[in-house]
Amino acid sequence: MIVVPLIVLIPFASAFIGLAVGWNRLAARRVAVVGAGIALGLAVYAAVAVWAGGPSVEIWGTVPTGWIPITVATRADGLGVTVGVMVTFVAFAVQVYSTAYMRPEPRYGSYAALVSLFTSAMLLVVFADDLVVLLVGWEVMGICSALLIGQHWERPEARAAAVKAFVVTRLGDVGMLAGILVLADLTGSFQISALQESAVASTTLTVGLVLLLCGVVGKSAQVPLHVWLPDAMAGPTPVSALIHAATMVAAGVFLVARLDSVFLLSPGALAVLAVVAATTMVLAALAALAQDDYKRVLAWSTSSQLAYMLGALAVGGYTAGLLHLLSHAAFKALLFLGAGVIAHAIGTTMLSGMGGLRRSMPLTYLMSTLGLAALMGLPPLGGFFSKESVLAAAEEAALHAGPLPPWAAWLVLLAGLFTVLVTAAYATRAWLLAFRGPTRSVSATAHDPPPPMRFALVMLAVPTVLLAALAFMPSVVVAMLNPGIGVPAEPAGPSISAGTAALSLALVGVGALSALAEWQRLGGRDPAVSLGPVGPLLADGFGVDRLYEAAIVRPVTALSRLVVAGDRDVVHAYVRGTGSAVRALGRVPQAAQAGRVQSYVTAGLAFVVVLALAGAGASWW
Amino acid sequence: MRLAFPLVASALLFSLGVFGVLARRNAVLVLMSVELMLNGVNINLVAFDAWWADALHAGQVLTLFVITIAAAEVGVGLAIVLLVFRNRGTSDLDDLGLLDERTESVGESAEPEAAR
Amino acid sequence: MNGVELAFVLLGAVAVGSGVLVVTTTRVVHAALWLAVSLGAVAGLFLLLTAELMAWVQVLIYVGAVVVLVLFALMLTRAPIGPVPGAPVARVVLAGAIAAATAAVLVGGGLTAMGSEEIDLEAIDVGTGRAIGAALFTAWVLPFEVLSVLLLAALVGAIVLSRGRGREDRS
Repeated sequence: MIVVPLIVLIPFASAFIGLAVGWNRLAARRVAVVGAGIALGLAVYAAVAVWAGGPSVEIWGTVPTGWIPITVATRADGLGVTVGVMVTFVAFAVQVYSTAYMRPEPRYGSYAALVSLFTSAMLLVVFADDLVVLLVGWEVMGICSALLIGQHWERPEARAAAVKAFVVTRLGDVGMLAGILVLADLTGSFQISALQESAVASTTLTVGLVLLLCGVVGKSAQVPLHVWLPDAMAGPTPVSALIHAATMVAAGVFLVARLDSVFLLSPGALAVLAVVAATTMVLAALAALAQDDYKRVLAWSTSSQLAYMLGALAVGGYTAGLLHLLSHAAFKALLFLGAGVIAHAIGTTMLSGMGGLRRSMPLTYLMSTLGLAALMGLPPLGGFFSKESVLAAAEEAALHAGPLPPWAAWLVLLAGLFTVLVTAAYATRAWLLAFRGPTRSVSATAHDPPPPMRFALVMLAVPTVLLAALAFMPSVVVAMLNPGIGVPAEPAGPSISAGTAALSLALVGVGALSALAEWQRLGGRDPAVSLGPVGPLLADGFGVDRLYEAAIVRPVTALSRLVVAGDRDVVHAYVRGTGSAVRALGRVPQAAQAGRVQSYVTAGLAFVVVLALAGAGASWW
Repeated sequence: MRLAFPLVASALLFSLGVFGVLARRNAVLVLMSVELMLNGVNINLVAFDAWWADALHAGQVLTLFVITIAAAEVGVGLAIVLLVFRNRGTSDLDDLGLLDERTESVGESAEPEAAR
Repeated sequence: MNGVELAFVLLGAVAVGSGVLVVTTTRVVHAALWLAVSLGAVAGLFLLLTAELMAWVQVLIYVGAVVVLVLFALMLTRAPIGPVPGAPVARVVLAGAIAAATAAVLVGGGLTAMGSEEIDLEAIDVGTGRAIGAALFTAWVLPFEVLSVLLLAALVGAIVLSRGRGREDRS
């Protein structure tokens, strides 16, 4: 279908047109919103076409490489169009929101263009049928993300966060590139359809998939490459909403889902994924419990929820994981935009500076409550159903035979249940500190946001609520998420296990009530204080950043200083030495041009005498 | 008289003049050394005139010319030295280094400077 | 060695010896005076070679005019009265080497070529004023006239140079 490349190219064009007219704010705003809107429309059209007509793969060209050629191919199938609709939906909401939120921003033109370019790159990842084309989109997303984090590059923390995000994700991408090459070598083609058709279980396949997981771990902020996501909150809030909640970080999950049929052939890769997911789930949720910055709470929470999705995919719960991806995109974007509204109103995102905002910002309060409830997994919101299906899939794989070793499935299940508890605790804490309790002086001036931002909030609240309906339509979900060509078996629809659901609801209650009780006991102050000495450790993210700083950053910086010194003192010394040597050599004949008459006469007479002596000697000979 | 005596005398005077031109610092002294050289030449000319004993007395006439030209040269030369002294304030040849091609500090010179 | 040669050796020694002092003494004015002595000795050498006119012209012009000019120049350039430091040792050594080489070449070449020749002092036409004047104004009259033009040019040049830019332009 011609529509698919258009979906990718329209935001791309809107990026460059927006950059060209960026000096005119009105034109830039129009270009950005219209571009995102057209992309959304085309994505919906493509979705309808695929749901009605079935999936398709189109090859638009081939790039010879001297080894395996790169096929510029796109595929339109259930998974692709669904995620495509999700991406364009959130992107459109964020672009509308940004027209108001970024009003005081001097570099709006470049910001909007970068967001459009990012959207285009994410759509390329979603619709690519060739691993190298996917990698191109992957990397462009990475650079857009880094540039957008560093939007306010006057602030050193923004600059540092941008570099950190780029370097850490790039590190993962090195492994991913190696994985792509291994997989291509295995199947003889870069095309995903070829990989899905011809993959057989083997150690090489596992190795390739595990290397691919390096990129996933980097992009989706899982342990050990999760360190960039909390710092990325230095970027503007709409950027956090789009990139670091709904789309880019979800690209890692998307990649695993896209290659799900291949992953299911490799229990080893699934086990690795399960361990990574379980660790991240717990670690990130615990870290979120002690953060003072509301946006950092949401960032750690994103890591934790992404781990849920990856855990679901690891235990073979394909639909569960993707359902959680969609509902998380909706409610996390909603929560981030809500945080942006708060920042816009009172100028800070620190929980210690907020309080009683429910009175002054009622709409924001309602929206954020919805989002936090979905995060906790309260019925009847979409978050409840998606999380429960994840846990059910884990239980299924643990108790019955699954595609991965049972101990890994148990690990995911137990980590998932513990995380439910902690998630409820930190969500309740954030809700209480921000919206309940006495109004602080800062919060008194808060107000609900201007219309564009309100519109975006409501736009995202709708799927937060309505995605729940999908739980009751498993066949629709299956059809929506059908990965189409090359998949041997029908993926199972989402289901909920009653026992696990009851257990998790109980855990939610425990977590929420304990946070509430602590809050009330402390008289409205931060319940995290009760964590005691563990608190700062959690807030610091278990010291992983400091570990990387000491083990990696410092040696690399020292090495680079050594290299610079070597270049300057060794290589350049030769260059400078050449200059000095030539100049010193030049001084020797310069002595003969000293400007003293007598030296000239001396030289002349000396030569005459020498000539005379030579002549006399010659004649005597 | 053997021709060797005037020859040696003239050669010695000439060489002394060469030494003086090269080794003296005062410009006037250099001109005086040039006079020594010219005198050496004159002795040579007169000696050979005596040896040839020609009717034209070429040697002695040339000596006359040399003396005259030497006088003219000394006059103009000393006028120049005076002009230099007026402009530069010194008649020490070691101080007159405007044509020094070297771009480093003017204090340096090929030969080590003696303490002033 | 006959009397003439002996006298020649003595006068030559005076000339060369005072020449040595001219080029080596540290007192500038003394150098000028030693130059006068040297030039006078050279006049004596001319006499011994029967060049009478040359000897008196030498005394007149060289000892009389040139030395006086030199002394005036020394005065006008504020030559120091006391001893002055000489040239750096390296240069003196180099100059000495060149002078020695020059002497070696000249003496060696001269003696090799002409060492055994003799000047017959009785047979020559003595360099009296009459003899030189006759030669000068018959065979050498053209160079003589050119020489007078040269003297005029030198005279004019010296005056122009020593006048500087002219007093009117300075103010």
